[in-house]
Amino acid sequence: MPQLVRRRPILAVIVAMLGVIVSVGVLVLSVGLGPASATTEPAPTPTPTSDFTNTFTIGGIIRSGDDPLEGVEVEVEGQGFSEVGTTGADGRWAVSVPSAGDYTATLLPDTLPEGVSPRDPDKVTRDVTLGTTNTVNVLFPTGEREIVRTNIADTILTRLVYGLNFGLLLALGAIGISLIYGTTKLNNFAHGEMVTFGGVVFFFFGTVLNMPLIAAIAVTLVLSAFTGYAQDAWLHKPLRRRGVGLVQAMIVTIGLSILVRYVVLFFLGGNIETLDTGLTETVSFGPVTITVASVVSMIVSAVMLALVGLFLTRTRIGKATRAVSDNASLAAASGINVDRIIRIVWIMAATLTGLSGILYGIFRQVNWNMGFQILLLLFAAVTLGGLGSAFGALVGSLIIGIVTEVSTVWIPNDLRYAVALLILIVVLLVRPQGVLGRKERVG
Amino acid sequence: MDWGQILNNAAGELLSPVTAAYALAAIGISVHFGYAGLLNFGQAGFMAVGAYAFVIATLSLNAPLWAAFLAAILASVVFAFLLGIPTLRLRADYLAIVTIASAEIVRYVVSTTGLTEYTGGAAGLSGFNDAFVGINPFPTGSYGFGPWTYTANQLWIRVFGWGLVVLATVLVYLLMRSPWGRVVKGIREDEDAVRSLGKNVYAYKMQALVLGGVLGSLAGVVFVLPRAVQPGNYGTTLTFFIWTMLLLGGAATLFGPIIGAMIFATLLTLSDGILRGLISADIITFISTTQAGQIRFMIIGAVLMLLVVFRPQGIFGNKKELSFNV
Amino acid sequence: MSDTAVTHPLVAGAVGPGCKKVDPIVVADSVTRTFGGLTAVDVQHVEIPRGAITALIGPNGAGKTTFFNLLTGFDKPNTGSWSFEGSSLAGVPAYRVSRKGMVRTFQLTKSLGRLSVLQNMLLGATKQPGENIFTALIKPLWRKREEEITAKAEELLARFKLDAKRDDYAASLSGGQRKLLEMARALMSDPVLVMLDEPMAGVNPALTQSLLGHIKELKSEGMSVLFVEHDMHMVRHISDWVIVMAEGRVVAEGPPETVMSDPAVIDAYLGAHHDTDLGDMTGSNPVIEAKEAAAAHHGGNADRKDEH
Repeated sequence: MPQLVRRRPILAVIVAMLGVIVSVGVLVLSVGLGPASATTEPAPTPTPTSDFTNTFTIGGIIRSGDDPLEGVEVEVEGQGFSEVGTTGADGRWAVSVPSAGDYTATLLPDTLPEGVSPRDPDKVTRDVTLGTTNTVNVLFPTGEREIVRTNIADTILTRLVYGLNFGLLLALGAIGISLIYGTTKLNNFAHGEMVTFGGVVFFFFGTVLNMPLIAAIAVTLVLSAFTGYAQDAWLHKPLRRRGVGLVQAMIVTIGLSILVRYVVLFFLGGNIETLDTGLTETVSFGPVTITVASVVSMIVSAVMLALVGLFLTRTRIGKATRAVSDNASLAAASGINVDRIIRIVWIMAATLTGLSGILYGIFRQVNWNMGFQILLLLFAAVTLGGLGSAFGALVGSLIIGIVTEVSTVWIPNDLRYAVALLILIVVLLVRPQGVLGRKERVG
Repeated sequence: MDWGQILNNAAGELLSPVTAAYALAAIGISVHFGYAGLLNFGQAGFMAVGAYAFVIATLSLNAPLWAAFLAAILASVVFAFLLGIPTLRLRADYLAIVTIASAEIVRYVVSTTGLTEYTGGAAGLSGFNDAFVGINPFPTGSYGFGPWTYTANQLWIRVFGWGLVVLATVLVYLLMRSPWGRVVKGIREDEDAVRSLGKNVYAYKMQALVLGGVLGSLAGVVFVLPRAVQPGNYGTTLTFFIWTMLLLGGAATLFGPIIGAMIFATLLTLSDGILRGLISADIITFISTTQAGQIRFMIIGAVLMLLVVFRPQGIFGNKKELSFNV
Repeated sequence: MSDTAVTHPLVAGAVGPGCKKVDPIVVADSVTRTFGGLTAVDVQHVEIPRGAITALIGPNGAGKTTFFNLLTGFDKPNTGSWSFEGSSLAGVPAYRVSRKGMVRTFQLTKSLGRLSVLQNMLLGATKQPGENIFTALIKPLWRKREEEITAKAEELLARFKLDAKRDDYAASLSGGQRKLLEMARALMSDPVLVMLDEPMAGVNPALTQSLLGHIKELKSEGMSVLFVEHDMHMVRHISDWVIVMAEGRVVAEGPPETVMSDPAVIDAYLGAHHDTDLGDMTGSNPVIEAKEAAAAHHGGNADRKDEH
């Protein structure tokens, strides 16, 4: 019987979580994200059952010169079917169509970035026939973009500022991973979905419902904090109680990540959404021109990070958190309520990560996969800085953020994440404990 | 709603080459994780390395079939060394992060536009199967029965794929009953203890990493033989699915990975067929067929969570020999 | 010992911290190890006698386990050199140290839970052709050696009264039985020096006697033993020589009868700073432990590892 009693909470939790997620989703849907059938799925997901007869895809890459164009839309029509595909950061778009047959693909020129136009503006529609093949690529050549030649130093400086912005918002998420890892030794693979959650919820309240900016941020952060509470109270604490091992718990977070990601996809669809912050005007600092939103983003990140630093070093709870990270059993023995600290850490991590999701949504765009796409960068940042060290996570994030942005000066855009991950591996080779990590001891 | 067709499709999936590829990849992770305790989250990377090495050797270098296979194996050995050298001396979770990162690097590199000439970029490559079809020993005709009715070429790829699965299983059986397997399992339990007994733990971990990686790379080849190679297939999600299959069947068991892959592939096809059937018959009206596909992935996520918590030894695992450290 | 006239059959010359032994098996020089700013080990010179049972004692945080790790290659020192039977071990990886005949056990037992007791034992044996990945595939190549070591393992299991558990998973053994298994496993390789890290920790009184007997037996079979221990009772009973560490240094050496009254030892236990040694501290309170360590010095059994 005790077995049963102990089992029930976790089962209930997973069911409850599904319930919460689905009900939030239904809420989103019912308020009017539009009919769900009009969704697309630009990022090709692995299709486990795709024996080569049952999926049909029309897709392609849209570039200007060698640069992939993001956010360009292509409408696919035919066989009583209509769907709009949008290019991702790599310039790729794809639309899954229900069956073989004739379709037309139309480039929507309005969605091209400024300065880029179709090479032949009168021919933006192509006829596509899906017969013997299940995938057809459609090309839409674009005209030369007027490239303003700037000197290399200015370009690097601009990229540096972008990288700083990206690094700072990564740090918000990475510190969350680091705090959770520090106090519980858990690698949380669902952390990317916490980023997505922040971005998507903010998109819903701020852009779809048109709530005032501050109110939308506040609501997003409160809901994010709640997901942190929920993950610990309903999932990880019961797992710890059961004595579930760390590897098991890590795989549970992988399951949660898959579950949440596809729930988001289910309700949001595959669209890439742009956040409306009302802060689109730009400012220039010397050769660097950035949007006001980016400046605000950097200031917010820096202030939040400073607050986290003060919290960890100056407050009682912060000190207790570090004590738990150092040695949980020792901390418990000296009267610290470890479970309470872990709860606080989860809530704090989820809030910071939700904020990073908002900022990432502003920095790039919002889609169902956004968090998962940067999850590895977050892990890389944390590992680079030294697992479990909050300050190390900050340093690691800045390195990763700046490397990804500045490297695009020399290498193709679509390899910038690969460079960041490569740096992680090289650092592990020469300094295994990370930039700021401590060496391990045995026994 | 054609139940016969739905069941037929699901049954056919049981022996499809994709399922054979999944089973091979899962046997690879079984060697890594189930026996040696290595957290390889980059099996999709090994599969991509194998598939691309095979295809590029065939198309760009005009290599004969045997040489293309050799290229796939060698490439995965090199990849395993690249992963293992920086990480096998570190704590287990470092390997997890480095393998997952490396698999993504592979995916970024094969899909980058700069290398389109060799890799086909985001669209991938096709038209490399002629040599394989050319050595098909089966005369033209129809083979099998019911859902398992195949043309000569379909039969050939299945015999080849499942033949590799059988070979891999025999290899794993022979190794794991030997003293080598004992050392490797000891490392899974506690590598310091094994080190204190005079075993070169690093070398054993490297051997296990290479072995499982080669199986992953062969899985990659089987995966692409009947179709084209596309970089989008080799995302992190593929790795997670293979883990789900492995845990479904039981991580440290001989047949667990195979059974897990079969169950996974069949149930996925079955649920897809049923959902699509219900939608086209207007029984379910509030979701689209695209969304039906997404529901299946939600189920995979939930199953993975429940499985790991409630039945960590998998369906066929021994309750005592749990697949996780206690 | 302040009295320079004291001598001992194991010692060449006068007895004192770092004294020369007649026939040392391990010699260590200027071995230091720091963690962050803390100096965990700073041993100027120490020699372990051959053919004797040597106890390494000291209060918590004295650096005993760290020193053990350094000697056996499980940790790397900042400076220093040390040798085993005349050959230098500095920079030699742990598995090679073990192959040279210096086999250790661990403070928290490392029995391999999901392997059977017999498999645990077989893993301890050396020179197994079947441990090579290629020969492993062909059973005839390793069957003979497997039979030899199985016979040997069964003999040892019988001696350690574990033969009834032969086919059980090691995880099902009690704490004390795991200690026995770990010791028996170490003997599979016919070691020259057996290093036991707190062999009595967590062992119930009934098993303690048999463990003591086994350790004495090792000596009578010609092996040398070095062990870390907290239980003074046991140290007094079975050791021929005692080395006392405090704050990373060797502060006293001598036979068990006299070393306890050495003022340096009393000072080490009562006046030590008790820097927390994180590796030693799982689940316990430093203040209480300091008191316990002091109590232990007065003969009380205050073994804090009972819970393991």
